[in-house]
Amino acid sequence: MGRLSVDLCGIGLDNPLIPASGTFGYGYEFAELYDINCLGTFSFKGTTLQPRYGNPTPRIAECTAGMLNAVGLQNPGVGRVISEELPKLRTVFHKPVMANICGFSESDYVETAQRLDEQEGIGWLELNISCPNVHGGGMSFGTDPKSAGELTKAVRKAVRKPLIVKLSPNVTSIAEIAKACEAAGADALSLINTLLGLRIDLRTRRPVLANRTGGFSGPAVFPVALRMVQDVARAVRIPVVGMGGIRSAEDVLEMMMAGACCVEIGTANLVDPYACPAILEQLPRVMDTYGIRDLREIIGGANT
Amino acid sequence: MQQAFFEIEEQSRLTDSVYRMVLRGDTSGVRAPGQFVNIRIEGTFLRRPISVCDCEPDRLTLIYKVVGKGTAILKGLPVSSKLDILTGLGNGYDLTPAGNTPLLIGGGVGVPPLYLLCKRLIARGARPTVILGFNTASEIFYEKEFRSLGADVTVTTVDGSYGTKGFVTAAMDGIPCSYFYTCGPLPMLKSVYRGTTVSGQFSLEERMGCGFGACMGCTCHTNSGDKRVCREGPVFTKEDLPWED
Repeated sequence: MGRLSVDLCGIGLDNPLIPASGTFGYGYEFAELYDINCLGTFSFKGTTLQPRYGNPTPRIAECTAGMLNAVGLQNPGVGRVISEELPKLRTVFHKPVMANICGFSESDYVETAQRLDEQEGIGWLELNISCPNVHGGGMSFGTDPKSAGELTKAVRKAVRKPLIVKLSPNVTSIAEIAKACEAAGADALSLINTLLGLRIDLRTRRPVLANRTGGFSGPAVFPVALRMVQDVARAVRIPVVGMGGIRSAEDVLEMMMAGACCVEIGTANLVDPYACPAILEQLPRVMDTYGIRDLREIIGGANT
Repeated sequence: MQQAFFEIEEQSRLTDSVYRMVLRGDTSGVRAPGQFVNIRIEGTFLRRPISVCDCEPDRLTLIYKVVGKGTAILKGLPVSSKLDILTGLGNGYDLTPAGNTPLLIGGGVGVPPLYLLCKRLIARGARPTVILGFNTASEIFYEKEFRSLGADVTVTTVDGSYGTKGFVTAAMDGIPCSYFYTCGPLPMLKSVYRGTTVSGQFSLEERMGCGFGACMGCTCHTNSGDKRVCREGPVFTKEDLPWED
């Protein structure tokens, strides 16, 4: 075990860096630039039971220190993810990978999760109950403790692999949702998904996004995400995966001190495709600066 | 895709709002005309995608219109500024089906990628005809440059202040055309689609997040499934576009 290695639900990670779902595809685009096996793991594009085009374009709006996206879970559906994407993914990534799952009903989630659970090479299932860009699914499961708990319970019963529930920040108390998921059997929690936002085009006087609203991400959300990670880490005993606006080794350390055992990095990959290897390279030096010998020693260190 | 650092060698103004920038750096990532680059600009969060106008082993020419904050910052950057650029993005035009007399149709800031295409087609022995469409005489750029390559050039203006009056389609009648290549605003592309009997390639535009296929922000429908404009595009064949009726 190196000084960067951490554990996520009994599976070792060489380092805590995990590109977040929806910002890393199935890894191939980045594998053209660097060996993505340097990463802890990555969470591949959110998978639904049926293929989805997603929302009409424009789906992207720039903001100060961040962006809105309203992609709406475009993906080829679980069947083609298994038959086409995963075999290609395995040619470029040789560690356990994280499967992100979304749906529009409990049975959708359960079936998609079961089919991905059976796939070799998948280490964790990340249950996305927090996508703000689809109607009648995603976030509607994640904004109420009762429905979040029920869905978590149904999926937990149906799968063997570790189940990580990805939480929405668009709630009054994220700790309440977190506790409901823990009680329902979640093995870990990941947070935060994007914050619901809006931009208006001054020329057309209409929303920039065809979907009107989109999920806000990027460096601007980091302090909000950090606060929520600490809120959740204080409320539950299961591991927490921290994400939201991380773009430097310093951000990673803050997130871990707030209680994250590892971190997901999203929007930074879209602006700088080398963001993750750059952070990985900085980490040991920045740890030295702050007298950190081993990353595991700082997890939740700011929470007492 | 390749990341490279370029130095601005020249910035010049072509019209009221259109600028040309010549950059020095490693262009080995650019594989085909019609590809684009994505430029990191200090002061904006996302990169700015701009099509390649010309490309030599150590020199890249980009033409851009100042439309917002990012391009306004770009135009103000002095010579010898350094830029972080992702090069070789998108598929680019396929030159193989061009035939002897390809027709190149550009509208406004859709004109620049046709320049490198024209140059490469001539190098392969083709005799391209070029139609350049603008709103009005003061917006015209690169007419002379295309002529210097040896192409037969027709300019159209919507208000008739220069060349043929009307849209690009007004100049298409009777022009020899073995195949066509086009880039410009969507209504123009669609009228080229309707006004041509031969096959051809269209370069599309869409708002992008990353520009290299990771975010799925710029996906469009095609006759062979959903495609990312930044990755499988921006160039699509006439047969692939669902624009019938």
